[in-house]
Amino acid sequence: MGATGIGAAIPRKEDHRFITGKGRYVDDINRPGQAYAYFLRSPHAHAKINRIDTSAAQNAPGVVEVYTGDDIAADKVGGLICGWLIHSKDGSPMNAGPHPALAQGKVRYVGDHVAVVIADTLAQARDAAEKIEVDYEVLPAVIDLANAQSGAQIHDVAPNNVVYDWHLGDKAATDKAFASAKHVTKLQLVNNRLVPNPMEPRAAVGEYEEGTDSLVLYTTSQNPHVARLVLSAFIGLAPEHKFRVIAPDVGGGFGSKIFIYAEETICVWAARKIRRPVKWNCDRTEAFLCDAHGRDHVTHAELATDAEGKITGLRVSTKANLGAYLSTFASSVPTYLYVPLLSGQYNIPAIYGEVMALYTNTAPVDAYRGAGRPEATFVIERIVEMAARELNMDPAEFRRKNFVTQFPHQTPVIMCYDTGDYDASLKKAQEIHDIAGFASRKAKSESQGKLRGLGYSAYIEACGIAPSAAVGSLGAGVGLWESAEVRVNPIGTVEILTGSHSHGQGHETTFAQLVSDRLGIPIDNVSIVHGDTDKVQMGMGTYGSRSGAVGMSAIFKALDKIEVKAKKVAAHVLEASEGDIEFKDGKFAVKGTDKNADWGTIALQAYIAHKFNGQELEPGLKESAFWDPTNFTFPAGVHICELEVDPATGSTTIEKWTAVDDFGNLINPMIVEGQVHGGIAQGVGQALLEGAIYNEDGQLITASFMDYCMPRAHDVPSYQVGMTTTPCPSNPLGIKGCGEAGAIASPPAVINALTNALGHENLQMPATPERVWKAAQGARLRMAAE
Amino acid sequence: MYAFTHHLASSVDDAVKTLGANGDAKFLAGGQTLLPTMKQRLAAPPHLIDLGKVKELRGIEVQGDKLVIKAMTRHYDVATSDAVKSFQPGLAELAGLIGDPAVRHRGTIGGSIANNDPAADYPAACLALGATIVTNKRRLEAEKFFTGLFSTALEDNEIVTSVEFPKADKFKYMKFRNPASRYAMVGVAVAKKGGEVRVAVTGAGSDGVFRWTAAEEKLTQNFDKRALEGLSIDPGTLNGDIHGSREYRAHLIGVMAKRAVAAA
Ligand SMILES: Cc1cc2nc3c(=O)[nH]c(=O)nc-3n(C[C@H](O)[C@H](O)[C@H](O)COP(=O)(O)OP(=O)(O)OC[C@H]3O[C@@H](n4cnc5c(N)ncnc54)[C@H](O)[C@@H]3O)c2cc1C
Repeated sequence: MGATGIGAAIPRKEDHRFITGKGRYVDDINRPGQAYAYFLRSPHAHAKINRIDTSAAQNAPGVVEVYTGDDIAADKVGGLICGWLIHSKDGSPMNAGPHPALAQGKVRYVGDHVAVVIADTLAQARDAAEKIEVDYEVLPAVIDLANAQSGAQIHDVAPNNVVYDWHLGDKAATDKAFASAKHVTKLQLVNNRLVPNPMEPRAAVGEYEEGTDSLVLYTTSQNPHVARLVLSAFIGLAPEHKFRVIAPDVGGGFGSKIFIYAEETICVWAARKIRRPVKWNCDRTEAFLCDAHGRDHVTHAELATDAEGKITGLRVSTKANLGAYLSTFASSVPTYLYVPLLSGQYNIPAIYGEVMALYTNTAPVDAYRGAGRPEATFVIERIVEMAARELNMDPAEFRRKNFVTQFPHQTPVIMCYDTGDYDASLKKAQEIHDIAGFASRKAKSESQGKLRGLGYSAYIEACGIAPSAAVGSLGAGVGLWESAEVRVNPIGTVEILTGSHSHGQGHETTFAQLVSDRLGIPIDNVSIVHGDTDKVQMGMGTYGSRSGAVGMSAIFKALDKIEVKAKKVAAHVLEASEGDIEFKDGKFAVKGTDKNADWGTIALQAYIAHKFNGQELEPGLKESAFWDPTNFTFPAGVHICELEVDPATGSTTIEKWTAVDDFGNLINPMIVEGQVHGGIAQGVGQALLEGAIYNEDGQLITASFMDYCMPRAHDVPSYQVGMTTTPCPSNPLGIKGCGEAGAIASPPAVINALTNALGHENLQMPATPERVWKAAQGARLRMAAE
Repeated sequence: MYAFTHHLASSVDDAVKTLGANGDAKFLAGGQTLLPTMKQRLAAPPHLIDLGKVKELRGIEVQGDKLVIKAMTRHYDVATSDAVKSFQPGLAELAGLIGDPAVRHRGTIGGSIANNDPAADYPAACLALGATIVTNKRRLEAEKFFTGLFSTALEDNEIVTSVEFPKADKFKYMKFRNPASRYAMVGVAVAKKGGEVRVAVTGAGSDGVFRWTAAEEKLTQNFDKRALEGLSIDPGTLNGDIHGSREYRAHLIGVMAKRAVAAA
């Protein structure tokens, strides 16, 4: 099945719908009689609420209801949860402060939800919200990681604003490695805070169906079943069988739509109270203020090397900002998604990482494209580059010398790398990039008064998350398997119901390619159903580059069962023994004869059930499967960034970018390449342009695109993308995952190139023109002298 | 946005009359500044007088030795106009550097100068070229028109009808964009007419667009970028923010000025 099967770079089936404006997003959904919610948000970063007077708002035109934290308390609506329990070094559980969907007694960041107004129109709700009087007693705000432990206490349960003080690895062994090191490289770095900014802001429509006493929530979710589970089992809005969650077309998530937020909770809760559907649509400013942010680490790292330039130890100490409340998976990101990745592609005998997670009066911080792995990659790829420079070794050779070459490889920090060929990716990247030509390109830049630099990033990440029992032992509250159901219709068309959720990844195409490949039917005869808890059985959703490795493996397993069953039907139809039936290219044939039947005939026979005994063989052709992975998958690769700096202005232009990735087998190389492109753009954004900045009062001063710089087309070059392949041994398709790799690999490649151009290491992200200009001071003097 | 009444003006007279008849009314040109502030509820004019259909406010004409751009002419039209390109190519280039295509297809020269954003591009061209701002009431030299941050000499019931640019021998605008908004972090316009040189700076001044007279003197003596060597501007008179400190902006003014002279 060449044309549309596995490995075919065919255009995406869903794109026609999206580019002709025929997508159906949550904001396109309007229910009869719907009212609109508007949230009154805290203007203060930290304040006590002495009193809220909603009476004038209640009486304003069009207002249906105004609710505050008292109302949700009276209704015993549970708080928002954090689903991953981390224990501190001393064994104590993390300090998770309560997170009510509407503030109770206190607000903890600018944008915190104080009250909701529900009115006939959005404008009326907004007008009425201005009439709510809140008596705030402003408290000192805690903004900076550096001062968080000595600042005002944000949650009663968390003295010194410490969420946890956690560690992983063998401290004694690591200290020993440092004691006998020939050389130690030290690095202090900031992983800047980012605002996710998917193109579609979040939205929700909550609805109560009185006839069945059940709830429906349309929501911009990457994992509608998990949303239902949390809203049902923890927040307690309705039991799962009386609760339908629908996540239709979703316009990007990047992690920010994994989480269960206050707004959708309130919409669906209020819909039952007012007996009308309630709609909320986030505006861009609200998205800046209230979507969970990403990253925000301050790290001190040290790398020990011996006389031969072999890495002998890595010691990392990080402070992680988790914001004002613990978002759904916040606690896992700077711990188990971070330190276990610090070994990079290298054979490092001893690693010790400690992470102090802190509350501050800023928006909650949680998983954002890459989640922990970009932070880890930034540490290891920056410090490895620096070590090579300090040791006067070529950075590529230094990496090569320390690469893991034997698999499986057990790192000292949990992960067991299953397969890979890191040197192959490095070699290929160097060839594509024309490393040999760099010196002359640099000379040419210098003749034009420009600096030129080249930086490597040899990243590894762990995705396809994850073996349920393994993550359970690390504190996860859920299992991370995936489910699939294959429904073959009587005429042989196929519906795949998947627990994965597509919000830009192209599942409608890649999943159909798998089916086309297996069953020998055109992809147009396959439809992918996702994002509706009433249609699809329990599933875990899309994040952590898991839809291919985990989601498609579940489909694969269900297709195995379909094939077994279809062969039984075919045996009856073709009057042969089951063992003699062969299935290939959409045809069932009896071995050694010319007797055969096509796929559609067998599907029909399965349903009309005339040719077999319905007591012995069940009619129908429908199977489901749950796939629980046996290991993480480990995509890895080498990115090379080459850039030019104008030392007079500090402007940076990326001139050349080479990415060579090993994602295992590829289902649709075009879609994979697209994921790489998008990821690199996001990483370039982090390295050069993006940074969320709060002032000392806790006001987000980058709360619009006028001040928060998203990458544009002209900020990135045309990428040169190559692949190497070591099939993943832990799933039947041999695929690893590609959704986050670009964002994980790229920031250190940019900063390594910039520091190479500048000739020193003193540069933090985002490397804005002013920062680069300052950092180029020395280079300017040098150039002037020449 | 709060509710407001929309008036569609048919002529300049009609626009001015409607303005007089409705307290706190505002003209609506391209809406690229006014509408976002209204959406954020930072401005709440109860009446908007839409100039979009006023024909006499649109168009570009060369009248002898001056270029007349009517107030409602969009940035895109200036950027792509053959008349502008042949009269003063640097002005067409400047218009093409404003914002992004969506902004250029709606924003107007009249709206831009009436708004006098301290980071806007046109005010620098107006000052450097010695433009005349024409209103329904009078003619004003650019220098008298721009009076400070977001403020102009426009009086109540006054509407900008056109901007007249005299011809210069050389004109070049060099812009260092704010990477996020694309407004000018620093923009320097240099114009040379006969022996006179004018240098106008936008994006940086703590009081809006200004003329850099020290640079003008140097360049009048010697119109060469080397004439600006060693000349610096006091950061104390400049504006600093998260995108660029005063010191950085002061430095960029020097760089952009030299580049403008070299390219003029
Ligand atoms: C994303 C973005 C990026 C931008 N980037 C740049 C940039 O790089 N450089 C730049 O210079 N500008 C930039 N702008 C501003 C834009 O180019 C417009 O010039 C500016 O918004 C004003 O023009 P307008 O026609 O949109 O006016 P409006 O927004 O309609 O009006 C602005 C103000 O002027 C008044 N007004 C309008 N016309 C007249 C008139 N004829 N007489 C008297 N008063 C009048 C209005 O009442 C209002 O108070 C940007 C805007 C946006 C949204």
